[in-house]
Amino acid sequence: MKKITEEKLPELYSHISQNHDLFVPIDQDDSVNFSLWKDGANVNFDVLKTNTSPKKYIFPQCETFFNFKSEGKKLTIERIKSEEKPYVVFGVRPCDAKSFRLLDNVFLSEPMDRLYEEKRNRGIIVSMGCNEPEDTCFCNSFSILPNSIQEGVDVFTLKLGNKIFWEAISENGVELTNKLSDLLDDVTEGDLKEIEIAKSQVNEKVKELPFSNIDPNEINRDLNELFQSKIWDEISKSCIGCGSCTFVCPTCHCYDIQDYDGNKSGERYRCWDSCMYSEFTLMAHGNPRTTQKERFRQRFMHKLVYYPNNFDEYACVGCGRCVGKCPVNMNITKVIRKLGGENQ
Amino acid sequence: MSCGCNDHIDPLIPQIAVVKSIRSDTNDVSTFRVEKPEGGKCFDFKPGQCAMVSVPPIGEAIFSITSSPTETEFMEFSIKRCGKVTEFLHNLEVDTEIGVRGPYGNNFPVNEELIGKDLLFIAGGIGLAPLRSVINYVMDNRKDYGKVDIVYGARTSGDLVHRNEIFANWPAGMNTNVHLTVDREEEGWEGNVGFVPNYVKDLKFDTNKVALVCGPPIMIKYVLLGLEELGFKKDQVYTTLELKMKCGIGKCGRCNIGDKYVCKDGPVFRCDEIQQLPDEY
Ligand SMILES: Cc1cc2nc3c(=O)[nH]c(=O)nc-3n(C[C@H](O)[C@H](O)[C@H](O)COP(=O)(O)OP(=O)(O)OC[C@H]3O[C@@H](n4cnc5c(N)ncnc54)[C@H](O)[C@@H]3O)c2cc1C
Ligand code: SF4
Ligand code: SF4
Ligand code: FES
Repeated sequence: MKKITEEKLPELYSHISQNHDLFVPIDQDDSVNFSLWKDGANVNFDVLKTNTSPKKYIFPQCETFFNFKSEGKKLTIERIKSEEKPYVVFGVRPCDAKSFRLLDNVFLSEPMDRLYEEKRNRGIIVSMGCNEPEDTCFCNSFSILPNSIQEGVDVFTLKLGNKIFWEAISENGVELTNKLSDLLDDVTEGDLKEIEIAKSQVNEKVKELPFSNIDPNEINRDLNELFQSKIWDEISKSCIGCGSCTFVCPTCHCYDIQDYDGNKSGERYRCWDSCMYSEFTLMAHGNPRTTQKERFRQRFMHKLVYYPNNFDEYACVGCGRCVGKCPVNMNITKVIRKLGGENQ
Repeated sequence: MSCGCNDHIDPLIPQIAVVKSIRSDTNDVSTFRVEKPEGGKCFDFKPGQCAMVSVPPIGEAIFSITSSPTETEFMEFSIKRCGKVTEFLHNLEVDTEIGVRGPYGNNFPVNEELIGKDLLFIAGGIGLAPLRSVINYVMDNRKDYGKVDIVYGARTSGDLVHRNEIFANWPAGMNTNVHLTVDREEEGWEGNVGFVPNYVKDLKFDTNKVALVCGPPIMIKYVLLGLEELGFKKDQVYTTLELKMKCGIGKCGRCNIGDKYVCKDGPVFRCDEIQQLPDEY
């Protein structure tokens, strides 16, 4: 394990930036979001929940994947060349790190999604543990501890006071760490002790959070029984179908495919879509989800039942973003409770 | 098509194909014959599988491959005009290039459960498209299957598709009967008059066979009830489900019924499997 003091971070950023695109949480226009680091950027590691999740680096909100041109009866299709420059995302919280793995289940299963795979392989994930979980966090309900090293991360960091501890986890992580060796110091016995204490403290803190008694494992996962449950009528009533919860969610993976028409030449792109929208499933002969109740049920059944049936894990990481963003104060914690997912 | 290196096929990139002929079947259905620019079928598939057809800059839509896999030179799609992509396709000129990707989804078990069995095909309107692939496959491997009955209906006789096959080729096949019906009386129509589900019941088929049913959702629903009345068990009946699709490969999250994705786990389902699914299709 290594460490660096906060004052020296800009130097570290600058160093990483020489060969990588570096994305960090940046405080800009009143919100903190992962953005490209530039000299003088206002990096903020105090806000845990970036406005949108870092999934945008592996699954962008909108991406063009081929250009086309039609001339007379001839059609040519040219795939977009993938970006080659590696990137580093620094500050990925354990919940968001876990969400990458949940997206892997979908996109990297056969037939593999090449757009996703390319981005995934180009990236180095520098995760950061949390010491002060917020009231809307319930990562623990999905067995994610605020300072856990999630599978698939390359480096794990922890910020205590003005020290940032740095631990290489994967081969890519070791390689990056070696390149930064001039900037990183060795840790002392005292440091290790400090980390130990911080870890056990945060493990106690999560137990005191408002959502700490939420436990999806308590839900009786009989698919048809839950599907037919009466709670959906009542609980979906307030939802206005704005889709905010899906756009901020690190595990939502629904997308749309569209063509941009540039008059005989153009591009095909894909972009995030939302199962909360009525047009999502609209067909010539009708719509299997006619009211917001069905769409609302789909979102939560997917996260809590359908996805787990297919991959043995829940498709929620308890990041709590949807809790803060819903305009009518509805969210997955309320749904889990209604379905019986609560520890007494 | 590749992503630059040879062994990485990108499933979202269509290959170029040429529309070699467009045959108008009815007012709003035409059958498109498609092959590679250098000739030959775009890819191998099994009866019941689908393909995404691209007409940039309009978009993409999914269709059943209606030709039989035994056809080596081309693929065919029977397409009903009903929106942007289908409208555009109907207005295409022959020899125009389009994009095709696939094959997607599962297939009718022609080399498994259907082998050696008597087969009952029941189709309504454009629903004949996926079944035609199976029927022609069976015709080309006739000795592997028992008796074949085909019940096919449409609103009017003008709405029946693949007329050559339903009136000439199939009735001439060995041990094969074609039963046609239209919704209302028509001058000059000598076949049955009435809805497909009622006709199926009137024909009083014995239950020692496998039934394959495709058509509008409402027809499927009543045919299944009718078959049950005749004594068919749910595991003797196959049908296809239709949901909105975009990716075709189980990732865009659009076509699920419960924990199944119709593009990947379907579109062909045995009726006892459908019974396990939540009622949302
Ligand atoms: C597995 C499978 C197999 C299929 N096989 C076949 C086949 O063999 N042959 C065949 O003809 N079809 C088949 N289909 C159906 C086919 O995919 C659709 O007909 C096709 O996608 C329509 O595309 P489009 O772009 O022409 O229609 P779209 O333009 O997408 O419109 C479809 C319908 O939705 C309505 N609509 C669109 N947008 C809106 C809106 N914003 N507001 C209100 N209404 C709207 C339109 O009026 C139209 O009725 C199959 C579908 C599936 C899932
Ligand atoms: S459902 Fe809400 S809490 Fe769960 S991962 Fe998505 S945004 Fe986070
Ligand atoms: S649950 Fe809330 S955020 Fe999600 S679509 Fe409904 S109103 Fe919007
Ligand atoms: S069409 Fe995308 S998941 Fe089925």
